[in-house]
Amino acid sequence: MARAAMVDEVHFYATLARDTGEAALDEDVMQSLGTVERHEFVPARERRFAYENRPLRIGHGQTISQPYIVALMTDLIEPDRDFVVLEIGTGSGYQAAILAKLVTHVYSIEIIEALADEAAARLARLGYDNVTTKLGDGYHGWEEHAPYDAIVVTAAASHVPPPLIRQLKPGGRMIIPVGGRFMTQQLLLLEKTDDDEVITRQIAAVRFVPLTRER
Amino acid sequence: MRPLFLATLLISAAAIAYEILLMRMLSIVQWHHFAYMIISLALLGYGASGTFIAIGRRWLEPRFEVFFSLSALLFSVTMVACFVLGQRVPFNALEIVWNPRQFLYLAATYLVFFVPFFFAACCIGLAFTCRRSRISRIYFFDLLGAGLGAMMIVGVLFLLSPQDTLIMLSVVALLASASMGLTSNARKPLLAVQLVCLVALLFGLPKSWLEMRISEYKGLNQAMQVVGSNVLTVSSSPLGLLTVVESPRIPFRYAPGLSFNTGFEPPEQLAIFTDGDSMSVITRFDGNLDALGYMGDVTAALPYALLDAPHVLILGAGGGADVLLALYNGAGKIDAVELNPQITNLVTGTFAGFAGHLYDDERVTLHTQEARGFVARSKNRYDLIQVALLDSFAASGSGVQALNESYLYTVEAIQEYLRHTAAGGMLAVTRWLKLPPRDNLKLVATVLKALRETGVADPGRRLAMIRSWNTSTLLVKQGEFSLDDIAVIKEFARSHSFDTAFYPAMPAHAANRFNLLDQPYLYDGITALLGENADDFVARYKFHITPATDDKPYFFHFFKWSALPEVMALRKRGGASLIEWSYLILIATIAQAAVAGVILILLPLSRVKRSWPAGAGTRMGGYFFLLGLAFLFVEMAFIQKFILFLSHPLYAIAVVLSGFLMFAGFGSAYSGRLARRVEQTGRSPVSIAVAGISAIALLYMALLPMLFQQLMGLADGIKMALSVFLIAPLAFCMGMPFPIGLNRVADRLPDFIPWAWGINGFASVMGASLATLLAIEFGFTVVVLFALGLYAAAAVIMRHQLAQGRL
Repeated sequence: MARAAMVDEVHFYATLARDTGEAALDEDVMQSLGTVERHEFVPARERRFAYENRPLRIGHGQTISQPYIVALMTDLIEPDRDFVVLEIGTGSGYQAAILAKLVTHVYSIEIIEALADEAAARLARLGYDNVTTKLGDGYHGWEEHAPYDAIVVTAAASHVPPPLIRQLKPGGRMIIPVGGRFMTQQLLLLEKTDDDEVITRQIAAVRFVPLTRER
Repeated sequence: MRPLFLATLLISAAAIAYEILLMRMLSIVQWHHFAYMIISLALLGYGASGTFIAIGRRWLEPRFEVFFSLSALLFSVTMVACFVLGQRVPFNALEIVWNPRQFLYLAATYLVFFVPFFFAACCIGLAFTCRRSRISRIYFFDLLGAGLGAMMIVGVLFLLSPQDTLIMLSVVALLASASMGLTSNARKPLLAVQLVCLVALLFGLPKSWLEMRISEYKGLNQAMQVVGSNVLTVSSSPLGLLTVVESPRIPFRYAPGLSFNTGFEPPEQLAIFTDGDSMSVITRFDGNLDALGYMGDVTAALPYALLDAPHVLILGAGGGADVLLALYNGAGKIDAVELNPQITNLVTGTFAGFAGHLYDDERVTLHTQEARGFVARSKNRYDLIQVALLDSFAASGSGVQALNESYLYTVEAIQEYLRHTAAGGMLAVTRWLKLPPRDNLKLVATVLKALRETGVADPGRRLAMIRSWNTSTLLVKQGEFSLDDIAVIKEFARSHSFDTAFYPAMPAHAANRFNLLDQPYLYDGITALLGENADDFVARYKFHITPATDDKPYFFHFFKWSALPEVMALRKRGGASLIEWSYLILIATIAQAAVAGVILILLPLSRVKRSWPAGAGTRMGGYFFLLGLAFLFVEMAFIQKFILFLSHPLYAIAVVLSGFLMFAGFGSAYSGRLARRVEQTGRSPVSIAVAGISAIALLYMALLPMLFQQLMGLADGIKMALSVFLIAPLAFCMGMPFPIGLNRVADRLPDFIPWAWGINGFASVMGASLATLLAIEFGFTVVVLFALGLYAAAAVIMRHQLAQGRL
């Protein structure tokens, strides 16, 4: 019930977004959001808030993003059934689980040992067989399984790691949320053209025209 | 010195030092702006003490020495206990937008830190109430102590860790307790308890209790989660707690504005966290510039593509990143300015080898000074003045800096930089890019105002800006950009996949090619700011981008009320970051202080049986309220004026604040004599003091900017002495109205003394926040004028009361 209400809320905002010309959310993404048990991905003390449309703490100074942002990020990489996706920053594993419902395989790297262990165990317990995690430095990506159709980077960085760009397929997309914990400023969508050229787009989660109407 | 005076002095010194220390400690464990709010509310303890004394006066008065000693003892104990307890409240500032429970934790935090200030203020309030014949002297020692405390804490924080400083202050309060305890009839039990406390403080406190529990969401703790990360050094000063961290397994790679096209990676870096956050780095350098290839591929490298072996001035050299940038890109000579000696010590001392003895390079000269003051004093003209990207993205992005004054990015500052730029030279400023743009456009608006004021007819021909996905670099040329310059800028941007945001005669279609925005915000914004309807654009922009000036030095203030409803409505759709927090926090502080003040101070006081004629209480309440506000307004405005002159926020606080307090103390000591002399002539002494305050303040408002400009180049010591000399007469006059009023009240309405103390304490809390709000909105000049109006109103009340024979 609570999960359905959360999905409804995200759907409501997505519809609002569509009306104002923002990115609309794909039905499959919404379905995945409605299927994944978010309460399994947060610590017990946060569980009662699991289906609220807000970021939650997962310990170790890390957070699980606001569901609306998770949905938007997932949507922006335009996931396809045959996609192989790399995720940098496993966190609790929630984003990987959302992706796992939509693509062939997700490879996910986490820098914090405790989180990496917990997420691996959790994803295995919940039966996400198509997610593979490891502890390590996301900066160098995961060469072994490259190239990727899409890369999701949920860890903060001052610049986009060049190795990740190299591991992205031509035509592939990378999405990076920009901002501090509990507050996503905007999303950076990086597209690698078929000519290996890189183009980025800054996607504001919301449409906020910085000017008032002319007087 | 009588024990009462000594104890008053010690308590006041410890209380103000504790306030400054707490600000430091809470800025480390939480964030600066929340620290400010917590302490503002906690200071209501001063007001509440008045209420307590008013209620219990008849019972407390015969036992004055015991209660003074006991209050001092409790102040001593709760200083430490409340810090330990306060850290146990699970308040998470970042979550406040999402989780209403955080408001409860915040309220609990207020309550905890309220307690020590309450006990400190009880001591002074009791002294005023119970020793009415000595009010002027008590007030003198109160202010003298506060002045000494403010000065000494700055020095002590250079020598001791915050925790050791806390213990030291606790011992000072214990000494005050002992000095009064010895004069009381309960000296033996008091002494026993004092000794137990002393032993416990010095030897009995488990170290873990005092450990600062830094928020797990601050950069330092995030870095420490990474496998193999390790703290190398920690050093503390009033400028900040610096923690140097290494992460050998998963290295730091800090390179803001790095091109996607780069073939280079940053070498090994050590992270420096200031107050557990805002990361900067020391980069490994072995003298081989080839290892720094990435330094050619950041937006900040643009000016070097235009200048040949320039003489560079770097403002905010920090861990040396911009010095490496300059060296890699072929700077001929570099003057590197850094405010914080601890940071330069890291690069020149502890980690000199790691940093490749960067500052020993023959091309580099290090100046450990405040940037603005350095430029003002400098006789050089530079080919390039580079303002470093000092703030971290998180701090810049979360709108937490708005309350911090910054004299680096004002109209006058830009003019100063340009005066020190050689013909054909440039000013370069790199900022984080936020969407929709705020500081990037405000900076351009500020530069344009600076140029126009100096008579530049076509400022648009002197500007160029490029942007990566997360940084923008603005160039302001001393002279107009040539076609060749523009060709270089375009090629630099193209080859790095950076976008040109502006250059003279730039076509609109060139604005948005590699890093696509839904609109070319910067191009559109800069073009609008250069156009005829610039004022209209600034007025219609949903963030505050009116240029910052030295009178309104709030570069990071972007909040506009008109945008608030829209922004709040977008919160759940990922729009939370559009909220500019610190302004709202300031408003919340004022609102909470007002409500808490009424509940904690005024309501209980209104229940106390009053022994004075109808109307007298309201008028005298108004008198002390106005004085509390006005004193804080003038003090805060002049501290700001002197920060610019003394070129250092610490010197300004140490010198100006303590100067104010001490000379106000002397004014207080003299006030009795003035009152006796003047009242014989039938005039009001308060009117004379207020006339003095007004005359001096107005004179200073007119003369200080000119005077400071002329004397800026003097040595620091002379400037400090001069500052004290200038502050002395103003503060002397400001110290008089309060004790004169209190003395009159003591003669005619003794029951009113705790009221006066409580109301004045409440007004001081409101005054500090209101002064900041007024300065943000109208500038410090208006704050002073407003204060003079308040003083005049207080003088009118007093004259009226005297004329009516009520006092």
